[in-house]
Amino acid sequence: MNFFELTYDILPALLKGTVVTLELTACSISLGFVLGIALALGRLYGNRPISAFSSGYIQFFRGTPLLVQLFILYYGLPRYDIRLSSFVAGILGLGLNSAAYQAEYFRGAIQSISRGQMMAARAIGMSRFKTIMNIILPQALRIVIPSWSNELIYTLKYSSVAYMIAAPELMAQGKFIAAENFRYFEVFLVVAFIYLVAVLIVSRALNVVEKRVRIPGLQMAQ
Amino acid sequence: MVTLELTFLLLVVGLAVGILLALGQVYGGKGLVLLSSTYEQIFRSIPALVLLFLFFFGSSFVGLNISAFLSAVLALGFRSSAYQSQIFRGAIQSISQGQMIAARSLGMSKFQAIRHIILPQALRLSLPPWSNEYSSVVKDTSLAYAVGVIELVREGRYIIVRTFEPMIIYITIAVIYFILTYAGNRSLGYLEEKLKIPGFETKSRKE
Amino acid sequence: MSVNQGITLKVENIHKTYGREKVLQGISFEVKKGETKVIIGPSGTGKSTLLRCVNRLTIPDAGRIWLDGTEITHPRTDINKVRQSIGMVFQDFNLFSHLSALDNVRIGLIKVKKMVKGEATEEAMRHLARVGLEDKAAAYPAELSGGQQQRVSIARALAMGPKLMLFDEPTSALDPELIGEVLKVMRDLAESGMTMVVVSHEMGFARSVCNEIVFIENGVIVEQGPPEVLFEDPQHQRTRQFLFKITELYGKSERK
Ligand SMILES: Nc1ncnc2c1ncn2[C@@H]1O[C@H](COP(=O)(O)OP(=O)(O)OP(=O)(O)O)[C@@H](O)[C@H]1O
Ligand SMILES: [Mg+2]
Repeated sequence: MNFFELTYDILPALLKGTVVTLELTACSISLGFVLGIALALGRLYGNRPISAFSSGYIQFFRGTPLLVQLFILYYGLPRYDIRLSSFVAGILGLGLNSAAYQAEYFRGAIQSISRGQMMAARAIGMSRFKTIMNIILPQALRIVIPSWSNELIYTLKYSSVAYMIAAPELMAQGKFIAAENFRYFEVFLVVAFIYLVAVLIVSRALNVVEKRVRIPGLQMAQ
Repeated sequence: MVTLELTFLLLVVGLAVGILLALGQVYGGKGLVLLSSTYEQIFRSIPALVLLFLFFFGSSFVGLNISAFLSAVLALGFRSSAYQSQIFRGAIQSISQGQMIAARSLGMSKFQAIRHIILPQALRLSLPPWSNEYSSVVKDTSLAYAVGVIELVREGRYIIVRTFEPMIIYITIAVIYFILTYAGNRSLGYLEEKLKIPGFETKSRKE
Repeated sequence: MSVNQGITLKVENIHKTYGREKVLQGISFEVKKGETKVIIGPSGTGKSTLLRCVNRLTIPDAGRIWLDGTEITHPRTDINKVRQSIGMVFQDFNLFSHLSALDNVRIGLIKVKKMVKGEATEEAMRHLARVGLEDKAAAYPAELSGGQQQRVSIARALAMGPKLMLFDEPTSALDPELIGEVLKVMRDLAESGMTMVVVSHEMGFARSVCNEIVFIENGVIVEQGPPEVLFEDPQHQRTRQFLFKITELYGKSERK
């Protein structure tokens, strides 16, 4: 079998893995999004304990490898009778990890909004909460798009680490196939190509989104 | 400790190749620019783990017999070089064209100007993002586990087999990584402070 | 204009300290309904701080403030309610960057006053027209000149139906040729009977529009009185010096 026949042969199975990779990415980036916003707001506007917790969380998750975080969830927790499926542990690990990074991006975006706008909103009688919801977040979410796009692509790539806890994603499929036909290098070449294409498609799509929601004068970082 | 050794080698490979790439992209001809940006795109788009496997299995595929450790150094080192090149390129480009012209007008060759005028500034500007890259590299060394390198996580695994305390061991490992990234970032921050020149971007050196 | 219908704003013995810096040290004054007061004073004497105390964007350490008999400084006062009755205009406009001019004016009506959208739009357009910008309703702040931005911000404040307007150096971030259009809006507003407190060094405006000038220095009121008196016959040497300096700087006559 030459390389192209091989590719044709294994592509269906790899695409199945790709779907799992995309699911894993989508779920964890969403989890990270919600937690990330909460952490950023907590860090900026929370009282002392909340703010301290948020920055501790962010530092810890950014300072330690994803692999170790996944191992803690997948191999560590069962010691205390908490058993997660590899898929759930993968989402949780990737999501909790991404939350820390997203929180930093959101924080940067929020801080780039002038304090005066916050003051102006309070001056027309908006509560703090309403100001955050109507003035701060709508701007921050636009400003954050470029760095958020990077984070999405990062998560897409790092979802491959979930292979190490046996989540049935693209890498795992690749390894599975290679273990049968012993053509490791070629199989992973195809895997690499799929990632390459996925990353390109996602970044193009995000560029389009960025253009769509662009507002004159609202500078997007980077 | 293998993790430290790996980190050091990855940073060195990444730095050397990264600077060359950045210079190639900024000062090189069309072909060089295309080559280095394709290199960058590829190494930044393929997950680290996949790169590891490609180098690990690829070396024997082409008949080379290199250790898992060396394939990890090459895979992750080249990957880091793609990220570092982006950092340096950004820094070099942020230094005004006028400085290059000024240096050349003093009779410096292009190489001398890069060496004595552009790089000293660019490297200073690169320090903060480079410190992020340092953290990434430290953490990514853990992926070498996947090809059997006996680094921190695998050492931990061996201990767990004996003690059956996965949680405690993994948390300890996490703390060790945390200390490595934290200490590194701290030192780099200190270095940045040390090397700081007030408003250096606007001043050109006198000869 | 009638000035005897009672007191809209009463400020009593306000103190504010930042760290060791005593910024306000016992400021008291009253503004009658329909009156315009101009506050002047050197940079850093606490003029902005004083204005921010009036709608409690800054909480004073001591002293009390009433708006139409309601004590603003009382901890149980619903401040978000009070702030709707106090319009504030900032030096650097502080328009919401992600909203069009119309939305900037409308958002308070919809989100704070809970008006339905159609009604809010109508009301907002009315106020944009009042500052002469109905044709810029769809523009984003970045697409407006400084003078236009400041007028939108005045419309935004007016739309809430305030009893009192506070202006904190509304023209000092503007290019000279844009100052006139903003001052004109402010003068019209004063003439329509709005109660206003204006921090400004536009002495032409002060002379022709305001009822009283308050000169603050080092956190205390040095002197206050009608512009004629302060300009022609100030009681304090400091007042004379300061007025002389700013007329040199800003010019005597009002910019049109
Ligand atoms: N939030 C704050 N925290 C600490 N210090 C402050 C704060 N706000 C104002 N100050 C200080 O209080 C003093 C008065 O400031 P303020 O802005 O009220 O002066 P100002 O009279 O409005 O000056 P300007 O004419 O320059 O606008 C200044 O020294 C300033 O540094
Ligand atoms: Mg001020």
